[in-house]
Amino acid sequence: MAVASVPGAVRRFVDSDVFYSFRRSKVTMAAAAVTFVIVICSVLAPWIVPHNTYDVRSLNLLDAFTPPVWIEGGKPQYLLGTDDQGRDVFSTIMLGARVSLLVGFCATLFAMTIGVFLGLVSGYIGGTTDAVIMRVADVKLSFPAILIALLIDGVARGIIPRDMHDDLALYVVIFSIGISNWVAYARTVRGSTLVEKNKEYVQAARIIGLHPLTIMIRHVLPNVMGPVLVIGTLGLAGAILAEATLSFLGVGVPGTQPSLGTLIRVGNNFLFSGEWWMTIFPGVMLVILVLAVNLLGDWLRDALNPKLR
Amino acid sequence: MRKIMTATAVAVALAAYGMAEAKTFRFSSSGDINGLDPHVNNEAPTNAMKNNLYETLIFRDYQLKLLPALATEWRQVDPTTWRFTLRQGVKFHDGTPFTADDVIFSVKRNQHEQGGMRTATLTIKEVRKVDDKTIDMVTEGPNPILDQDLSALFIMSKPWSEKNNTATPVRGIVGNESYANTHVNGTGPFKLLDRVPDTRTVLVPNENWWNKQPQHNLTRVEFRPIANAATRVAALLSGEVDMMYPVPLQDIPRLERTAGVKVLQGPELRVVFLGMDQWRDELLDMPGSGKNPFKDKRVREAFYKAIDAEAIKRVVMRNVSIPTGEMVGRGATGYSKELESRYPFDPDGAKKLLADAGYPGGFTVTLDCPNDRYVNDEATCQAIVPMLARVGVTVKLNAQTKSKHFDKIGTRSGNNTSFYMLGWGTYDAYDMLYNIVMTVNATPGAGSNNSGRYSNAKVDELTKLIRVETDQEKRNKLIYDAMKIHKEDFGHIPLHQPPLAWATRDTVASVPQSPNDYVMLRYVKMK
Repeated sequence: MAVASVPGAVRRFVDSDVFYSFRRSKVTMAAAAVTFVIVICSVLAPWIVPHNTYDVRSLNLLDAFTPPVWIEGGKPQYLLGTDDQGRDVFSTIMLGARVSLLVGFCATLFAMTIGVFLGLVSGYIGGTTDAVIMRVADVKLSFPAILIALLIDGVARGIIPRDMHDDLALYVVIFSIGISNWVAYARTVRGSTLVEKNKEYVQAARIIGLHPLTIMIRHVLPNVMGPVLVIGTLGLAGAILAEATLSFLGVGVPGTQPSLGTLIRVGNNFLFSGEWWMTIFPGVMLVILVLAVNLLGDWLRDALNPKLR
Repeated sequence: MRKIMTATAVAVALAAYGMAEAKTFRFSSSGDINGLDPHVNNEAPTNAMKNNLYETLIFRDYQLKLLPALATEWRQVDPTTWRFTLRQGVKFHDGTPFTADDVIFSVKRNQHEQGGMRTATLTIKEVRKVDDKTIDMVTEGPNPILDQDLSALFIMSKPWSEKNNTATPVRGIVGNESYANTHVNGTGPFKLLDRVPDTRTVLVPNENWWNKQPQHNLTRVEFRPIANAATRVAALLSGEVDMMYPVPLQDIPRLERTAGVKVLQGPELRVVFLGMDQWRDELLDMPGSGKNPFKDKRVREAFYKAIDAEAIKRVVMRNVSIPTGEMVGRGATGYSKELESRYPFDPDGAKKLLADAGYPGGFTVTLDCPNDRYVNDEATCQAIVPMLARVGVTVKLNAQTKSKHFDKIGTRSGNNTSFYMLGWGTYDAYDMLYNIVMTVNATPGAGSNNSGRYSNAKVDELTKLIRVETDQEKRNKLIYDAMKIHKEDFGHIPLHQPPLAWATRDTVASVPQSPNDYVMLRYVKMK
């Protein structure tokens, strides 16, 4: 039964309005293709990069500062040139995008989980619980997200012993970006939940005596997820940028696992001296990635908005 | 209405006039100074700042010449006694007069075991007050370079120190809130107006300075650290600062081509080297093993030979450093051309040495490195990581800001390091031998920055002889012998003499570049 329903689900999706609007928009298709390629390359990066830059043994200092291949002095094995340590820029970008995406996905998922749960509880239970959660959200909204992330990062650095920094830094960044972004989800879900909880199906579920938690998760949640997906996609772009900002400021992911932001920061030191490829290429990559994800998010918002159909 | 307008015009004109007269010199470096206490934190940029606020008996100028300062005259009465005539009419910033008692007090304070500048007064046994304007210093054995030593002894006010409960120094950098470390009362050409650590240090000229014809024309000085090299360059280009150092080496050609910016370059009297823990029975990174590979000379030699100093020069230092195998640089007394040549780069030999020592698969060690102290310090360490990886040694790099770095490798934390980078600038090889090479506390205060605690009794003996040898030729021979033993022991791994590179805007008329990398505000002229 379950197996048989898979083609059915695909058919339903292909026939749906959402897929129709996807096929109608060339920009969206391009954005999806770009995102797809980047994600696949990032996931497979450790196996497909031409030069594993994590292996310090493979670095040759005398190859440092090689320009891109089409510029005089470039070497064929370094398509986009090398950085100050002799690392292939093309490879570092692929490995860096992997870190950026990993942090972005995890942080968004984390923020989504907290936000959706608190929103559901807030909207469904109401009363004092609702007031407390929403006031906390208001307070949270009055701080810029990046400030909270910086604060958490700073405190974590103070608490965690120095030799454990590199191992834990990634989690700290994910946590700090996630915790600074949950409010948008909580507010949206709470609004939808307030509408849904007075509908007949919820009342019916309540009458047959289901546990409130079961009602929230099994019955209300699937009906409030549409907007959450939109915020999630846009939030992913935001989280990738937040991570790049933190890493650019030098408080993000550890130097041993450079993300796009780290690469831009390192390359930035050589911008004045004309070795532009170290910072421009990771920068371009970041722009493309964030733009593609944002376009997807915009399309999803329009496609799921009944008023625009 | 017209009256108001006239008044406004006059006010604007006055303000413009005032601005034309104000000569504010804003400068920046990669890191903040380590503190203001004149008798702790022996570090060049910190000493340079103290040198603007405090004075010594004998002043070392930007050409490294010794000039009279708080002492107007000095001579050696006998091999162990020096007589100093003190300058009269000098006042500290708080108005109290400078007296012979202040000198006696400052020598004692500087000799305190928490002090970081003890080299300056190490040999002084006693300071005698002959009369109000004359003192005698008696040394323990003859000290032929006492005048040079004293150019690093800053004179504090005895009543001020006692009143503020800061009569003894407190060591340390991070969070060192002792009164003398956060306040200033010197006799120098500048006074402290405001200081926020890691943010800004603001000075104003001391209008009561004894030298009534100062060579500077400044009315205010602002120093602020900008750690990021590119940001520092941008700050100079945008006119936010008038002078900054060090210039990132990769930016020198571009800045030289930029109108309105001047780059000053010269060799620095400093050697940057790596040190290794040679005293713990167990390496910090190998808990439970009961082994410390660095105790084996072959391992130290392997590290030396695995590092390609020429590649570091060509790539990291952009061909402007001087690779060296000696602990003192060109220009210092006791420098030897022969010792300067490095043992050849030999990774295969290094692998073999490691295998012979019982580490065919290498081992793991943390390299402590500053990231805002020496020219391209972190980049140098980063370049060393793969070089050692290729002979099998896994190096974990711990690069951090210099205050934390120096606290970690220094005596405050009990030399909490296994492998570290340090640089030392000196005018005389004795200072290097005494602070870096000698066994810790072989004589009081010796090995103050010997963080790996290299120890060789023969070197200690020779260093003691150097201290009292007055014949320059014999002395140079002793220095040569000591340095040669140390080199053959691989006590430290010297890397290079970094270049000095400063950059100024055309708002600055002149700022002399001293080979010790001191920014001497008393010579700075603005246009």
